[in-house]
Amino acid sequence: MSTVTEKLEGMDVWIYHGQIYIPNRYSAGAVGSRFLIEIRDKKRIMGTRCPTCNRVYVPARSICKDCFGQLDELVEVSDKGTVLTYTVCNQPNPVQPVETPLVYGIVQLDGADTGFVHMLGEVDPEQLRIGMRVQAVFKEEREASILAIKYFKPLA
Amino acid sequence: MPNRVAIVGIGQTYHTTRRPDVNQPEMVAEAVRAALADAQLSIKDIEAVFSANMETFEGIFLPDHGMAAEIGAFNKPGFKVNTGGTTGGSAVVEGFYMVSSGLYDVAMVVGFEKQDCGDTTAAISAAATPMWGKGAATGAIGEFAKQALSYMETSGATEEHAAMVRLKADRNACRNPYAHLKLGLKSVDEVLQSPYLVWPLRILDFCPQSCGACVLILASENKAKKITKKPVWIADVEVVHQEPFRAGVFGDPTGKETYTQHVACERLYKRNGITNPRRDIDTAEIYEPSNWEEMNLYEHFHFCEKGEGWKLIEKGITEIEGEFPVNCSGGVLATNPIGATPIIRVAEAALQIRGDAGEHQATRDIKTALASALGGPNWTILTLLKRSL
Repeated sequence: MSTVTEKLEGMDVWIYHGQIYIPNRYSAGAVGSRFLIEIRDKKRIMGTRCPTCNRVYVPARSICKDCFGQLDELVEVSDKGTVLTYTVCNQPNPVQPVETPLVYGIVQLDGADTGFVHMLGEVDPEQLRIGMRVQAVFKEEREASILAIKYFKPLA
Repeated sequence: MPNRVAIVGIGQTYHTTRRPDVNQPEMVAEAVRAALADAQLSIKDIEAVFSANMETFEGIFLPDHGMAAEIGAFNKPGFKVNTGGTTGGSAVVEGFYMVSSGLYDVAMVVGFEKQDCGDTTAAISAAATPMWGKGAATGAIGEFAKQALSYMETSGATEEHAAMVRLKADRNACRNPYAHLKLGLKSVDEVLQSPYLVWPLRILDFCPQSCGACVLILASENKAKKITKKPVWIADVEVVHQEPFRAGVFGDPTGKETYTQHVACERLYKRNGITNPRRDIDTAEIYEPSNWEEMNLYEHFHFCEKGEGWKLIEKGITEIEGEFPVNCSGGVLATNPIGATPIIRVAEAALQIRGDAGEHQATRDIKTALASALGGPNWTILTLLKRSL
């Protein structure tokens, strides 16, 4: 509801407080659905290859940004890749998938031409560096979600 | 003197209640491909892209940030607009401004809504302005129920007249391969059996929630003549802003407010020498969210005298075979993917001028057409199209 709930101290001014609730759903589409089911059921990370540009998009998407081609060819890429960049988040927030410190990274998987945004784990933040090699760690119990991948851990 | 601008490509998806087979960007790409095919252009020919969508309606902030590839906008200039119901009209106007200014020779206008993803009324109400909107927000249905009541009271129109508007829309929609609701309605009584959403507004008095996208490709005069043998010229546009939650939103019981439609018409008609709209314009594609609002808009756009909108329906003047056909496509009453809806108005008006509307082509020859957009912040946008300038 919408009622003023706060009067500012020392001022004849009232403030509204509220929370916005908007239900929604989202179709993953055919290619997106395949991507999600592959990581859930087979622990395979899939991309799509553009037959014209030869570019491989991960996660799989259905249209090439350069040539506007329709991308129907799903290709498996490696579960190993290279850290392109990262950041360490220490401020907790309810929307974060895990507790802090939370390490976000962009990983270019071997065989992919795009960066893949996910979390880095089993790593001391002090040891992080751009260019380090990492490998996907899958959850034991997996849903059809990008979080079926637990995180990427450094390769020994 | 601004450069002349023509519509050289038109594309839309089919429109329907649910599209689980595609995600939002993939659905939009279908319309982009259709427009490129219509213009026989490649995405590399498009210099700038202007998009239109009601963010938050699908529960996504900045829906366009996940679809630069799918709307062919990667590394290109342009931006998304959101101005309520007029959103798609604003995008057409932006594209027109940009090409007429000489900044770009070929620009694309992209509008979409995928209403199977969200809850439009929840978004309208939940995110309304706190001061006077939120506590009393009813979404579009309540707004148009009020409009229907005041129109009924002031004009003498009956529920039978509103039903006749739906019958016209449905007959036209059934001839349009892209339209959403095609009910095959046969009689006024059938419409009058539909239940009330909010009295006096029935389910069949109101527009559906659609998934779909519509795309226009605009080009400067020199380019347009190279691209197509049938350019449709944007002769003029007009945009008028007010604000909602005043007496005169869509129907004004006080009689004291100035309607955005009146202001828009006055300016557009004057600039273009239109003194008798029904004579000087051949058809209109108007943004009519309800049966009642269609009759009201006839009056606002001066297609008839005040209080006589229902008579145009009664006499069949606005039928597809009529003297002044309105919404040959089936209109918003049949198809409403919100961000795309005003673009569809312009697209369908342009198809009429090209003579490419197929089964829903008006009987009379269409050389000049008016498209309108109407929206939540109580805005009106008009686009005037011509076969030749």
